[in-house]
Amino acid sequence: MSDAPVLLAARGLAKVYRSGGVSCEAVRGIDLEVAAGEFVAIMGPSGSGKSTLLHVLGGLEPATRGEIWLRGRRVDGLSTAAWAVLRRKHIGFVFQFFNLLSTMTVADNVELPALLAGASPRQARKRREELLADLGIAAKADAAPSRLSGGEQQRVALARALANEPSLLLADEPTGNLDSTNARDVLRLLARAHASGQTILLVTHDAKIAGLADRVVCLFDGMIADDAPVVPGPRKVSAIQDFLELRG
Amino acid sequence: MRQPLLALLAKEPAHGYELKLALEQTFGQAYPSPNIGQIYVTLKRLEQDGLVRGQDVAQDSRPNKKVYELTPAGRAELASWVEAPTEGPRVRDEFFMKLVLAPLAGVADRMELINSQRRHYFGIMRSLVEMQAGMDHGDTAARLLVEGAVLHLQADLDWLERCQEELV
Repeated sequence: MSDAPVLLAARGLAKVYRSGGVSCEAVRGIDLEVAAGEFVAIMGPSGSGKSTLLHVLGGLEPATRGEIWLRGRRVDGLSTAAWAVLRRKHIGFVFQFFNLLSTMTVADNVELPALLAGASPRQARKRREELLADLGIAAKADAAPSRLSGGEQQRVALARALANEPSLLLADEPTGNLDSTNARDVLRLLARAHASGQTILLVTHDAKIAGLADRVVCLFDGMIADDAPVVPGPRKVSAIQDFLELRG
Repeated sequence: MRQPLLALLAKEPAHGYELKLALEQTFGQAYPSPNIGQIYVTLKRLEQDGLVRGQDVAQDSRPNKKVYELTPAGRAELASWVEAPTEGPRVRDEFFMKLVLAPLAGVADRMELINSQRRHYFGIMRSLVEMQAGMDHGDTAARLLVEGAVLHLQADLDWLERCQEELV
């Protein structure tokens, strides 16, 4: 992964919230690089700035200080409208609470980003059919999102995020609102997207992500406390008893 | 492996090799494939302690085999093992000692200790998740054991985070 070009970079990134004369620095000087094809997880306690960092990197909130570079281009100074265009083409977003459009069908939710990006209805439809089939929810295409389980809604959200084949997939606690089975399925789908080359930057509390991500960045108090590749534990994993001893 | 053998014999009398197979079948990957010699030694000790009784059974053209059955004392021993509460997992006290003591002794920085321990846990998590992915769905005991290991590890990581919040 060290040979792959840098897709996303942050330098000295900071975010300060001001409210009624009180200011709170949620992100305090982050330097971060994500290589193309890399799967990076951001972890850390509640309030450590994880989600803020992700939102700033995706242009959902402006940075207070610092630089953001995407695909070799500096983007932190872009206007809201320019960010929207950039996201449409290059950044897919998945949120904890799915954020699907409730008045549209599942199919329309997934087709919309492609249509907005200028795809023909035929292309958008084809891509949507592929994605829904791939994520195992083709049968729900005509349903309203509210008729779907949480796990299914998150799959739709993932399909929507991948609709325009974004350079970067940003995911904010994508399993935070799911039971363990659905969480595992969503993680598996993310791992599959990664295996086929998708660059992913994901914020999570779920340590199982360490089983899938290339690298984990630990935030603490708005700063990076640690940033290291995940190196598999004991080389031989055939023996489960290495981890847990059965007594008796 | 005294108790597992007692438990298997509570179901039906068996000889050493049958017990080995039964252990393998019950636990799948979750238990190291038991050494037959160790099973024989354990059976002999259980017999000396009066918990099982062995009986030679003649076989055609092969040496006699010894079939063991549970004695009333063995059944009582098994029951008290099953009924006794089991100790919960212990906190990683060795790491905790390091974490508390190391900075006092000027040997290491707490943040570095926590980070290196966390990397270690992440590495184990990777191995466990890979193991889970390659697991046969039918091997219920092994699947649940790995899931248990994952949950323990998650708790260890949460605890590490708490230590970080309080101590760093």
